[in-house]
Amino acid sequence: MAEDTGTLGRSAAVFKASMQWRRLKSHFFVVLGLLSVLLGVVALLVLLVDVIVQGSGWLDWQFFTSFDSRFPARAGIKAALFGTLYMMVFTMLLAVPIGVMTAIYLEEYAGDNWFTQFIQVNIANLAGVPSIVYGLLGLQVFVRIMEMGRSVLAGSCTMALLILPIIIVASREAIRAVPPSMREASFALGASKWETVRHHVLPYALPGMLTGAILAAARAIGETAPLITIGALTFVPFLPEHPLDRFTVLPIQIFNWVSRAQSEFHHLAAAGIIVLLVVLIILNSVAIYLRQRLRTRY
Amino acid sequence: MAEDVSPFSHYPPRNDMSSRASRRFKEEAIRYVLLATATLSIVTTLGILLSLTGETLFFFREVSLVEFLTETEWTPLFAIKKFGIWPLVTATALVAFIALAVAIPTGLLIAIYLSEFASTRVRDVVKPVLEVLAGVPTVVYGYFALTLVTPILQEFIPGMRIFNALSAGIVMGIMIIPMVASLSEDAIGAVPQALREGAYGLGATRFEVALQVVVPAALSGIVASAVLALSRAVGETMIVSIAAGQNPTFTLDPRVPIETMTAYIVQVSLGDTPFASLEYRTIFAVGIMLFFLTFAMNIFAHWFVRRFREEYD
Amino acid sequence: MLKVPFISSQEEESTVDAVIREAVATELPTDVSVEMPNPAVEVNNFSLWYGDFQAVTEVSIKFPRKKITAVIGPSGCGKSTLLRGINRMNELIGGVRTQGNVLLEGTNVYADAVDPVEVRRRVGMVFQKPNPFPRSIRDNILFGARVNGYQANEDELVEAALRSAALWDEVNHDLKQSGLALSGGQQQRLCIARAIAVSPEVLLMDEPCSALDPVATLKIEDLMRELAKDYTIIIVTHNMQQAARVSDFTAFMLSDDTARGKLIEFGPTTDLFTNPSDERTEAYITGRFG
Repeated sequence: MAEDTGTLGRSAAVFKASMQWRRLKSHFFVVLGLLSVLLGVVALLVLLVDVIVQGSGWLDWQFFTSFDSRFPARAGIKAALFGTLYMMVFTMLLAVPIGVMTAIYLEEYAGDNWFTQFIQVNIANLAGVPSIVYGLLGLQVFVRIMEMGRSVLAGSCTMALLILPIIIVASREAIRAVPPSMREASFALGASKWETVRHHVLPYALPGMLTGAILAAARAIGETAPLITIGALTFVPFLPEHPLDRFTVLPIQIFNWVSRAQSEFHHLAAAGIIVLLVVLIILNSVAIYLRQRLRTRY
Repeated sequence: MAEDVSPFSHYPPRNDMSSRASRRFKEEAIRYVLLATATLSIVTTLGILLSLTGETLFFFREVSLVEFLTETEWTPLFAIKKFGIWPLVTATALVAFIALAVAIPTGLLIAIYLSEFASTRVRDVVKPVLEVLAGVPTVVYGYFALTLVTPILQEFIPGMRIFNALSAGIVMGIMIIPMVASLSEDAIGAVPQALREGAYGLGATRFEVALQVVVPAALSGIVASAVLALSRAVGETMIVSIAAGQNPTFTLDPRVPIETMTAYIVQVSLGDTPFASLEYRTIFAVGIMLFFLTFAMNIFAHWFVRRFREEYD
Repeated sequence: MLKVPFISSQEEESTVDAVIREAVATELPTDVSVEMPNPAVEVNNFSLWYGDFQAVTEVSIKFPRKKITAVIGPSGCGKSTLLRGINRMNELIGGVRTQGNVLLEGTNVYADAVDPVEVRRRVGMVFQKPNPFPRSIRDNILFGARVNGYQANEDELVEAALRSAALWDEVNHDLKQSGLALSGGQQQRLCIARAIAVSPEVLLMDEPCSALDPVATLKIEDLMRELAKDYTIIIVTHNMQQAARVSDFTAFMLSDDTARGKLIEFGPTTDLFTNPSDERTEAYITGRFG
């Protein structure tokens, strides 16, 4: 409080003045809060508008069907699009089964003991490891020791490990939302644990798991650093045809163009960003749709 | 039942309730397969530790730990090689500091505003915006910093170079805002309503309740969110690689090019560095520092929340 | 009509008595004794702990074959735990320990060689809240059959189970509709049909009508009387009227300061309700506590 109003029995005028000051502070704070919110909203808007202004002129058919080039007018994202697609297919094929199975183990099978605790703490920590450290792991283990080379497969394995914690956490939440009465009913009919999981828990939890998997995919599609570390190429004038072929992905292509000095390449980067953001918006919309359906189904 | 043979009789003959061997075997096999996949997370952690320490040990056979920790020049890619980690550390700290200076006040204000002041309509607009901000790939933020924020800063600040810590730090801060806001809001949301009502009952204004009652009660969660934000800033790679430069300079000047730990790893990875060379090993030595730094921060944040959480029943 | 042996002469016949008489008069043997020969389920000196918490203490009881036995008692008396001890459902929660044994047709279900999964196939269970699977009526019935190796015509089984549960006429026009689309009472009968479809010998019912309206409750009770011709039924209920209406035998359980989940009294329903031998039973059935 501005004045010392610590003692009782002050005149009403003192209270009134103080009240106005307190109200003012409240209003001031609301303005601050609104400004903070505005900073976020404005930053997002400026970013989107800038990217669209800079990039939309470069979004033509040729952009999608050409490989990268030294000449901005001839450069395109064909290799990056296919690379992203291949990588995501392998990544999800690896990460989703392992993530879901881990979640099933932790929710349905694991006893309440130190080992389970250890796995859980471990997964929580893995979620906080910087993505570039996963890149170093992939470089050493997949590229070098397992001799996959700087390939689509090595990138997918690295990315799968990176998004595994996300998938596990989302799948566990989905499994936890299955009413215990479903399991009881199944067990009471003489079903075994796996029969119960397979026929009742999994189908019930499926939409939630799918939502989590899609959000994890969105994360993986935008990741750049670990793939640079394992040595994904920045200039790829070919399509990968084999899991052990070298590759590039959308964010790396964007990174490559941003790093060029000529402003034409920055326009290309903006065009690439538009494509990347559209893909992410589609994925997120699907996830939101699934989540809504999940809410209304039961 | 009208039929002579009840459908209920078409079951395998009843036994003594001992388990059927085939079913038992299948159940046990599935249990072990699931356990094996669950242990993969531990294998991953071990893999990170082993691959980082392995190469790091090779690195320290050639470079003394003393040089690593006392030298103030980092030039492993030059002819005259110097291996002082400090330029990378100060650069990382500088960018992270700028990022937190943006993200923590803004994120915290948003959290308080959303949970204590805003109408549900405002929340319904702001929350998705924050989610979108959190979902934008970091490479996009890097583009944003280099092509939009830096030119604007150059207008106002003399001596501002194209690659600098300030622009990268500000944009990184914007990227981290949603994280701080959402974690702080969770902490604030956990403060019981009764506590607020008690304060309102004494005639406190919203501002007083928010700042003198709610924030102190949620402080452990807010501190944890700040530490996690720091961890995120230290580990962030693409923004600094694109916008902050690749010049390991021992400086705290936010206007000049620098190189963070993560940006150095990217720089080496982009080149054609042969396996088992000293340059190759430097990125693991830098990586292990990064790993333990962020690991310590994450552990501390989780511990802090648990240790200092106010217990309400 | 058999002679009803239980009316004590000095008492006026209350409405509850009338209901009991009506319910039991149908087929009660005159020489019932608590020592049932050839019981379907025999519980011997059975105790159960959740961690350090003892929920059932040294219960011994023989559940007569093809009769309905009600287990009553105030909440927290261990009646549901005892029921779940019979088909080993308690073990789904970790940290459960038991002592004593439960014989199903002479075999101890807690013996080392026994698999609880196999036990549950032979002991059907119906729960407090109807819990049909979120799938078609047909799939609800067939799930248990499939996992238990049912070989013959599935349509016949579905019809037989639904007829036994008095649901066939109400749902046979659309067996593909979701079990969740049915009314609460129908859902509970579907759960009964589902339990019957795996051909159990014993049916456990854990307060099967507590979530239902009076009309649906009546239908289930009628159904139980019908099912008692083929199955041994054990029902846990907090509703004494219901115990009196449907059961042949009643067991009264109680927790007190000395022990939790004790069996206080067991006998023919009519005896227990009209002439309880234990004063705590009398106090409970006359509504003085619980």
